Amino acid sequence: MTAIYRRELKAYFQSMTGYVFIAFMVLFIGIYFMAYNMMSGYPYFSYTLSGMVTIIMIGIPVLTMRSFADDRKTKTDQLLLTSPVSVAQMVLGKYFSMITVYAIPVLLSGICPLIIKLNGNANLKADYASLLAFFLLGCVYIAIGMFISSLTESQIIAAVGTFGIILLLLLWPSLVGFLPTSAIGSAAGFLILWSGLVFAVSRITSHGPLAVVLEAAGVLSIAVLYLVKKDLFERALTNVLEKIAVTDVFQNFASHYIFDAGGLVYYISIIFLLVFLTVQSIEKRRWS
Amino acid sequence: MIEVRNLVKDYGGHLAVDHLSFTINDGQIYGFLGPNGAGKSTTMNIMTGYIGATEGDVLINGHNILEDGEEAKKCIGYLPELPPLYVDMTVEEQLQFAAELKKIPKKDRNEAVNEVMELAKLVDVKGRLIRNLSKGYRQRVGLAQAVLGFPPVIILDEPTVGLDPKQIIEIRDTIRRLGQNHTVILSSHILSEVSAVCDHIMIIDKGRLIASDTPENLERQMAGTAGMELLVKGPKEQILEILEAIPQAADVSVQESGEEGINRASFRISTEPEEKEEEEDIRETIFFAFADQRLPILSMQTTKVSLEEVFLELTGEGTAEVIETGESLETDDFKGEPAEVNFIEEEEDGEGDEES
Repeated sequence: MTAIYRRELKAYFQSMTGYVFIAFMVLFIGIYFMAYNMMSGYPYFSYTLSGMVTIIMIGIPVLTMRSFADDRKTKTDQLLLTSPVSVAQMVLGKYFSMITVYAIPVLLSGICPLIIKLNGNANLKADYASLLAFFLLGCVYIAIGMFISSLTESQIIAAVGTFGIILLLLLWPSLVGFLPTSAIGSAAGFLILWSGLVFAVSRITSHGPLAVVLEAAGVLSIAVLYLVKKDLFERALTNVLEKIAVTDVFQNFASHYIFDAGGLVYYISIIFLLVFLTVQSIEKRRWS
Repeated sequence: MIEVRNLVKDYGGHLAVDHLSFTINDGQIYGFLGPNGAGKSTTMNIMTGYIGATEGDVLINGHNILEDGEEAKKCIGYLPELPPLYVDMTVEEQLQFAAELKKIPKKDRNEAVNEVMELAKLVDVKGRLIRNLSKGYRQRVGLAQAVLGFPPVIILDEPTVGLDPKQIIEIRDTIRRLGQNHTVILSSHILSEVSAVCDHIMIIDKGRLIASDTPENLERQMAGTAGMELLVKGPKEQILEILEAIPQAADVSVQESGEEGINRASFRISTEPEEKEEEEDIRETIFFAFADQRLPILSMQTTKVSLEEVFLELTGEGTAEVIETGESLETDDFKGEPAEVNFIEEEEDGEGDEES
């Protein structure tokens, strides 16, 4: 794992991608910091970080696009996969190298709250907690980007796909607002979601009877639940789907100054899930 | 030892490897031979754990590559069709990285890297970026990477493809040297290469193993179709008459050789199985037959069946097609030997037509 980690890290700084990414991040942190904290005199650095959430949406795909797509295209994955290294180690090596590159501008921005402190009142605890949440949010985005990169050979598709998904996650809270909140609407929404899930399962396993049984079980339980306890479905769909909005956890830190420990656990769980999915996607490619 | 058992690889309805089974013993050089798309690379990719198999097992020194991958992969050095090199690294960095991946202990790493750089003659270019290296050098870096740490099994997929003749000779020498104390498996669609280097040839076609033997045995198996070619000074009709009187000579044909008064005669040696011992004598018989008529034989040559023909025969392209594709074959790697009597006949008939 360390061999892959070191090579990837070196590659980031040999191909300029690493420098460009860091320069890009530092530049925008600087701009937001100057505008919000220096010029407007706003004492919370977390405000700057909220602005940066939209900026990393552009930076992270550039960082993650080549991670697996490039290996696959240049066939260097043949070296990695025929070496005595497990796929999980390979994925983790690459993931940690990207996190390291991302950590550099995040650590550099750690000076900013101290600068605020030099000029008057600062809220160091809230700011550093927000910085931690911001770092983990970035790690979630990197995991998303890495997963998308493992699905394709093309760096462009990987970058655009990652950008699209991060943008969707950013818009998610507003999008969920358009969904019906009535009980019948929620029940219908759940039916659609369940059917989509069953369709995916049937495509992956190519097991017809299993899909039919799953679909029947889902429809039946939703119908029974709806008839027995109708008010359970009031706003249920929006409540469930809102949870997907990963930026909410960061906003708890940055806007409401709450240390949302559960949220951090949520971030880490998503990262684990995505790393696991990346491993699976590479394994699947080998076997199909 | 490598055991491949009942290997199947199904690419969505197309069987790239079709129930392939073989055993590879230690300390020999094996050659996988087959036309393009025969399943050589797929087999190698499965054997090295790059891709999975639909069915079947591969055991490398007792470790199943599909289940106990890490242990099995430690025993293998692999050079795929396209050397897997990071173009943004220098030769030395690439090899250091490969050494680390192969879990060579840190203290031995420099020594191991230097050793393979010597072996593949890379010392001069060790500081150069792989991006700037030519195909031949990249191939050598790939080879160095495969033999790094000297794993007991070295698998090379078309190691000489795209190299110039000098480099091909160098790589062959290296492979031969490696074969002295390693098991080497190489694939190729070039026969002369396999027969020059390998102790054992496996011919693969459409994902199946259709022959597996030493190069000599394969040639011997096909020896029944040997032929002979003569250059004789004398009239056509007389030569034909003499040859037709000899029972072993079948499919006799006589053409003008181009030189004044000299004709080229060719025929197939037909030997009944019980007459096999007399096979040697046919040259004598012919000599005396012509000597009796006072016709001087200027040259006499047996056209041994070459591995090319064995290959074509076994991969189902058959003798009939040898005749048809005769011309293109000769421009290929043909060792200058005519494939068969019939082939000569047809080609030279064509030339005769042009002259007349």
